[in-house]
Amino acid sequence: MPIPAQALRHKYLRHNKKFPHVWCPGCGNGIVMGALLRAIYRLDIDQDDVVLASGIGCSGRMPTYLDFNTLHTTHGRALTFATGIKLAKPELNVVAIMGDGDATAIGGNHFIHAARRNLNLTAIIINNSIYGMTGGQYSPTTPFGSKSTTSVYGHIEHAFSIAELAVTAGASFVSRATVYHADLIDRLIEQAMEKRGFAVVEVISNCHVQYGRRNKLGGAVDMLKRFKEQSITVNRAAQMSPEELEGKTTIGVLIDRDLPISTEEYKKVRQKAGTLKEKV
Amino acid sequence: MAEKSAGKKQSCARKSRKATTKKKKHYDVSFYHDWCKACGICMAFCPQKIIQADKNGKPGISEMDKCVGCRFCEIHCPDFAITVSDRKRNRRQNDV
Repeated sequence: MPIPAQALRHKYLRHNKKFPHVWCPGCGNGIVMGALLRAIYRLDIDQDDVVLASGIGCSGRMPTYLDFNTLHTTHGRALTFATGIKLAKPELNVVAIMGDGDATAIGGNHFIHAARRNLNLTAIIINNSIYGMTGGQYSPTTPFGSKSTTSVYGHIEHAFSIAELAVTAGASFVSRATVYHADLIDRLIEQAMEKRGFAVVEVISNCHVQYGRRNKLGGAVDMLKRFKEQSITVNRAAQMSPEELEGKTTIGVLIDRDLPISTEEYKKVRQKAGTLKEKV
Repeated sequence: MAEKSAGKKQSCARKSRKATTKKKKHYDVSFYHDWCKACGICMAFCPQKIIQADKNGKPGISEMDKCVGCRFCEIHCPDFAITVSDRKRNRRQNDV
């Protein structure tokens, strides 16, 4: 049963905002935004029960266009604000939308500690391998040897994998997709929002204006084609050797485990201390 | 008895003929050019290759009947400018 796209736009996009949105032509952020809307529509959650928190950057513009409870916060602190909301009102569905620089550089500590605490949050990280909005400086996910405005002779540092970092930090649900696999993104966001515990969806996105142009990767279409060729599902990747996986992106659910959730453990502590009157 | 079975056979044949001449499902794709930024994703990835650019680089379809309704363009349009819908029959014969 296909989702009625027109009805979705009328329902979830803010009518007083100026469209088309500010992102460049072909930007993956728009595809992720569509996937998020479809996921929320399928889960059939009331608009008032969803909170979107975002940081600074291109991805930070996303909640401003969407008609939910939204929060546009300081750089790297989307998860911090989201944690506060979750502690105050645990019944809300809190989604933090971050970029790669936002989540792993400026908010790197918040990210690993939110994963370690295992709050019942969803984090969508749009990874475009560069700081796009500020002018194309390298970010923690810029690959070795690639060019940016702050690494004109090639980047000398190594990139780290956000999804694997989240697995090690102790998140309950970690998954990865690329913007070419838009259907997969909305399935993963759906699973992540249903999951009880810290759920991470890393979306590999294209920044053809700042990253693709400097590294001669072509425009939006060429970058999407590259994502299609490079990605490999988790099941297929399990049968391949590390040499074969060189330069490939594993997509799908990387880990799905049940761990105690911070808010519920805190309730138990309050009950033991005698400060909570209601029953858990 | 024999007549009855013959009748059954005939109806079966009719049914199978119906199944083979099943009408092809048609779709309508509408482009909202005010929101389109002409990124070209829909044109490049259309499996039927029926989306063509006009003089402004914005998409359009001349052979709408060839659309298979995969909705790749709809879900990959970053600007929410494409809508794919099942084609409905015109209510009156002279409907446009």
